[in-house]
Amino acid sequence: MKSEVVVLFAGDSGDGIQLMGNAFAQEAAHEGHAVRTFSDFPAEIRAPQGSLSGVSGFKLQFGGDSVHTPGDQADVLVVMNAAAYKKYQNALKPEGLVLANSSGFDGRNAALAGYAPGEDPLEAVRAKYRTVAVDVRKQVSAALVESSLSTKERDRTKNFFVLGLLSWMYQFPQEQFKSFIRRKFAKSEALLAANLLVFEVGHALGETLEVSAAAPVAKAKPAPGQYRTLVGNQALALGLLAAAEKANLPFFFGGYPITPASDILHELVRHRRADRIVFQAEDEIAAAVAAIGAAYGGSLAVTASSGPGISLKAEAMGLAVALELPLVVVNIQRGGPSTGLPTKTEQSDLMQALYGRHGEAPMPVLAARSATDAFDTAYLAARIAVECMTPVLLLSDGFVANSAEAWKFPSAADLPEITTSRPDGPPADGNPFAPYRRDANGVRPWAVPGQVGLAHRIGGLGKEPDSGNISYAPQDHAAQVAARAHKVNRVRRYYEPSACECGATEGEILLVGWGGTYGSLKAATESLRSEGVSVAHLHLRHVFPLPEDLGPLLRAFGRVLVAELNSGQLLQLIRSETLVDARGVNKVQGLPFTTDELREAVFQNSAQIR
Amino acid sequence: MATANDYASDQDVRWCPGCGDYSILKQFLTVLAQLDADPDRTVVVSGIGCSSRMPYYVNTYGVHSIHGRAPALVTGLRMTRPDLDVWVVTGDGDALSIGGNHLIHLLRRNVKAPILLFNNEIYGLTKGQYSPTSGVGQRTKSSPTGAVDEPFVPTALALGAGATFLARSIDRDPEHLRTALHRAHGHAGSAFVEIYQNCNVFHDGAFDAFSNKEDKAVHFLPVVHGQPLLFGPNQSHGMVLDGLVPRTVDLTEGTWSANDCWIHDETDRVKAGILAEMHGEVRPFGVLYAVQRPVYEESVAALPPTETASSLDEMFAGQRTWEVL
Ligand SMILES: Cc1ncc(C[n+]2csc(CCOP(=O)(O)OP(=O)(O)O)c2C)c(N)n1
Ligand code: SF4
Ligand SMILES: [Mg+2]
Repeated sequence: MKSEVVVLFAGDSGDGIQLMGNAFAQEAAHEGHAVRTFSDFPAEIRAPQGSLSGVSGFKLQFGGDSVHTPGDQADVLVVMNAAAYKKYQNALKPEGLVLANSSGFDGRNAALAGYAPGEDPLEAVRAKYRTVAVDVRKQVSAALVESSLSTKERDRTKNFFVLGLLSWMYQFPQEQFKSFIRRKFAKSEALLAANLLVFEVGHALGETLEVSAAAPVAKAKPAPGQYRTLVGNQALALGLLAAAEKANLPFFFGGYPITPASDILHELVRHRRADRIVFQAEDEIAAAVAAIGAAYGGSLAVTASSGPGISLKAEAMGLAVALELPLVVVNIQRGGPSTGLPTKTEQSDLMQALYGRHGEAPMPVLAARSATDAFDTAYLAARIAVECMTPVLLLSDGFVANSAEAWKFPSAADLPEITTSRPDGPPADGNPFAPYRRDANGVRPWAVPGQVGLAHRIGGLGKEPDSGNISYAPQDHAAQVAARAHKVNRVRRYYEPSACECGATEGEILLVGWGGTYGSLKAATESLRSEGVSVAHLHLRHVFPLPEDLGPLLRAFGRVLVAELNSGQLLQLIRSETLVDARGVNKVQGLPFTTDELREAVFQNSAQIR
Repeated sequence: MATANDYASDQDVRWCPGCGDYSILKQFLTVLAQLDADPDRTVVVSGIGCSSRMPYYVNTYGVHSIHGRAPALVTGLRMTRPDLDVWVVTGDGDALSIGGNHLIHLLRRNVKAPILLFNNEIYGLTKGQYSPTSGVGQRTKSSPTGAVDEPFVPTALALGAGATFLARSIDRDPEHLRTALHRAHGHAGSAFVEIYQNCNVFHDGAFDAFSNKEDKAVHFLPVVHGQPLLFGPNQSHGMVLDGLVPRTVDLTEGTWSANDCWIHDETDRVKAGILAEMHGEVRPFGVLYAVQRPVYEESVAALPPTETASSLDEMFAGQRTWEVL
């Protein structure tokens, strides 16, 4: 029994690699395995076929409860062409298996991948790894001789042929895959029939090939409940919609296409109803400001973007801070600056989230740690925005956005209630309505147009307390700055006590992380602890304001390591806020941490402090 | 019967004495009173500039937003709250410079709101730099030897962006301005109103030709639907169309009569183009163009729902679930 297996699918972006990977992930999850996935797609939509720049990759790890990441080195590498092999040839364990589509290794493909004339890339594969080569193109065109599909369409079925073969290897029930295919191609009978057929042919081929069925793989022991699979951006969108409904508010989303945030727009527009409006604006500024307009009108308003788009929203966030309206600003981080690495993951916008506005403009900042956690974190972000009358930044990243996981979905009734500060009517004492009169938590009333007797003006100018009338008086400005800061600090009342993943309260090394590195840190910590290393893992959901109990917890460890996919942004914050002499573990390659990288950092540091 | 005063807020108005904004505010408040507007359902939204201070002075709901972005804010507000009566107040810098993108998209979408653009051909609030409507050669703080930028003709820009309603008026003609505001308010869609506004501090007299008694007659061409284009002292002159070229003719010589003149048809897109571009000595005032087109927020509301789940629980479950016991 293997405790986990890593499969890496790679091929041309036109080969349906992401679909193949996601389908396999869904089936594995459904079979009871823990699953984590990682999409590595090119920024180019249709890079020249067969070229290195057009290679799309999808890695997944499935197995028992030890699975927290998409894995590092693969056990099985599925390559649809020579370029895919070239790109990922070192991503396989030495004893790993290559499943190669030999039709993608012909002379033309070899040349496109940059192999020298006369060089046979398939021979190179065989020389290095255990290899099973199948001419997938020939197999599918033979299987589909009688199909009405065009050559191109037949060729496109290659991915389900490969899935057939893999489902044989891992003994996944065929019927599950077939129902996936039936849902996927429900709209076209011809495509449905063809994909079902090639799937069966692929499965049958397994019997005759020299690949033996793989060793059984461990299953997870998930908590009882109802499950489904979804990816991070989907979960995030559902969390926002759930919050609107629980708060009894209409929902508004303003967006402008940008990778990797666009899928939030795509997901939300699939849930459109009269009380859920999805707006594709002319730019990110308009998307954010339209959301502020909707918030002023009484909706739960959200805007989402990535990288450059978030920079464009900065001024609008300042307005939302000054107006004190609820707004969720979602940043699906990618490699920057500028256009940077649009399809790669990074955590380099933390400082921007904290400080990237003019004036003293604090906003609560929350970070989603995984696909399923994106639901809970989005829900909480929206709840804080509404209940505290503040814009909130919700950070995710390219990795979380696209990674698939099994989700034990909640029952709507069990989600926390969300209340608003909507006043019932004009003040009973007959005084004019005071839009900036705060409650004990510093929250102002959310009166919306249409409410009788509550007409008021709000704006970005300096304000008098209570009335919100324009004021440039020094003490009024100081009071408003302090009141807004106080309100954001009071957001800590929503925090759970800080606790390490493994329950440790002291030890030699503490690995601190935030956001999408959760799985990597967890996997590394578990493997080290199983070897007796004194290490614990703390993962922050609330990066601003930091939890008040953080300092004491950090001080209970010999050394604090802040691991993040940037050059040390949370590290600076932790050092300055807690005065703990924390050290950074950093990576800025557009890629997640590997377990080995983290293990190495822990070993080095524990050697230093001994 | 409500009066303009009933719609004034308790805030001190802080424009420079003599500023054209006072008159526009007064006419706006009067129009609200004439409309018997419900202050609880009226929202005035502005950007940043002297002009954009207006919401603070109106006793309705109001938002003073950020520079150039009022059209975007209004789009979000109208999409979610089509029950509200929303007005946009903006300036030439606000609407045509920093907010140009939002303005053109608001107009092409046809979000229902009058857009009152106070054009003073200057950046007032920042103390007198040239704006996108400042003329070539205009000397300002940032163009001491004269601006070289070709100005926008706001009406032409708006028409090009797909505006369904275009009007021009001026601060110093209260009655004309009130009529324009009423028409804009009644329009189902984006109603673009360019209001010539005198900034007596930084660009005084910019529109004297259209407001001083003697000059006005020869420069101010009133356009009224179904009426010939006549102007000049005692309507001494008229406008005829020579093919697609407008020409001024003298009606006192005997060659031409009012019957020969161009009859204004506010629904004519081609002629609206000619009027919108007429930006010389003689300029048209009134409603240049008014047509019906679907209102954006109504079209959005009419979109079919895509949600198939009938409850949150169904939405969470999606298409395929399994149970772990
Ligand atoms: C992002 C941003 N840039 C610049 C400014 C400074 N600013 C305030 S008002 C203004 C120009 C206003 O001109 P206009 O819209 O014509 O209004 P007016 O004051 O003339 O009525 C500028 C540049 C600002 N408030 N925000
Ligand atoms: S600067 Fe000009 S536009 Fe601004 S208030 Fe003074 S006169 Fe009016
Ligand atoms: Mg101006």
